[in-house]
Amino acid sequence: MIVRISGEGQFSIDDTATAELNRLDSELEAAVNRNDEAAFTSALHGLLDQVRAQGSPLPADTLEESDLILPPQDASMDEVRSMLTEEGLIPG
Amino acid sequence: MAAKKLMKGTAARMGVMKRVSLVFKAKANRALDKMEDPRETLDYSYQRQLELLTKVRRGVADVATSRKRVELQMNQLQQQANKLEDQARKALGMGREDLARAALERKASAQSQLNDLQAQYAQLQAEEEKLTVASQRLQSKVDAFRTRKETIKATYTAAEAQTRINEAFSGISEEMGDVGMAIQRAEDKTAQMQARAGAIDELMASGALDDAVGGSRRDDIQSELDMMSASSDVERELSRLKGEITSEAPKQLEGGANGNSQAAQAPQGQGAPYAPPPPAQTQPASIPASDRPAEPQDGEG
Repeated sequence: MIVRISGEGQFSIDDTATAELNRLDSELEAAVNRNDEAAFTSALHGLLDQVRAQGSPLPADTLEESDLILPPQDASMDEVRSMLTEEGLIPG
Repeated sequence: MAAKKLMKGTAARMGVMKRVSLVFKAKANRALDKMEDPRETLDYSYQRQLELLTKVRRGVADVATSRKRVELQMNQLQQQANKLEDQARKALGMGREDLARAALERKASAQSQLNDLQAQYAQLQAEEEKLTVASQRLQSKVDAFRTRKETIKATYTAAEAQTRINEAFSGISEEMGDVGMAIQRAEDKTAQMQARAGAIDELMASGALDDAVGGSRRDDIQSELDMMSASSDVERELSRLKGEITSEAPKQLEGGANGNSQAAQAPQGQGAPYAPPPPAQTQPASIPASDRPAEPQDGEG
């Protein structure tokens, strides 16, 4: 599986790591729903750290598409919320 | 549209990762302008990639400019803080604790601005590095895309090319979306910091930080210190003169000789305006002396 950390690059991750990523992702979602910025930041960093630890960076000249795209390390909760909508941050 | 529907329908059991991914991809795909001949789309997309490369490089330069501005302000504030501390030391030396306190209060204000700027500087530096890396990564992908594009154009007919093209596109358009977002975020941050930098410029100009560069109420601490030091010079001068008067009291009667010697000095002072450097102390005396020649001359003549 290929995971992109936005603003950082793509990582190739073994599919067995997916369960842990999903667990961390649930934490992230719960934090967003609770509107808990501190929990959000720690969950996001946990998720990204996991990707970096488990994955190996793809070479820069690859043209492969990612299976998952994660928000950047310094994203705020509001930014991530806006990334969940069509009006989000990503320039169309 | 399909992605949006999918997103809404499955949002309940989809985490943040997947929703962000779907929205991101939907946008990246929409950004592709499809041409009738898919091979034309390749060239068109390549042009857009080159434009984005230019844009991200300009973004790096913009952030660097902001960073340098912050650096300049940091230097100014540091100088100001040093100067205020110096003034506080002098004020204490003159027994003026109140003035020293005022100087240190301003120094604390300058210092807190400085700390704020240091944090901004670090952020801008990080932003600059991120964009630099992003532009290098995009460059690698654009190069790879160009190679792929030439191969596809040389090898396949329009009909055959489509699937190959889609593969090449999906990777590059994702990267382009990501770089576009990085540029946007860097611009937003830079704009925020420029607004704050402008506010600090205004603060410095207002004299609240006692800016030496401008402002009408500039440096009242310094002027008070100057006044004190000037008045202590006056006191010293005064007691020196008093001392002269008491020791030279008998000679004082020979006022004529004294008057002559001053009159003799006066022409030198007038002929060579640069002569007065030594009389840093004599200056107050020599000014009336140069006015005086009229008197003795009158008296003599």
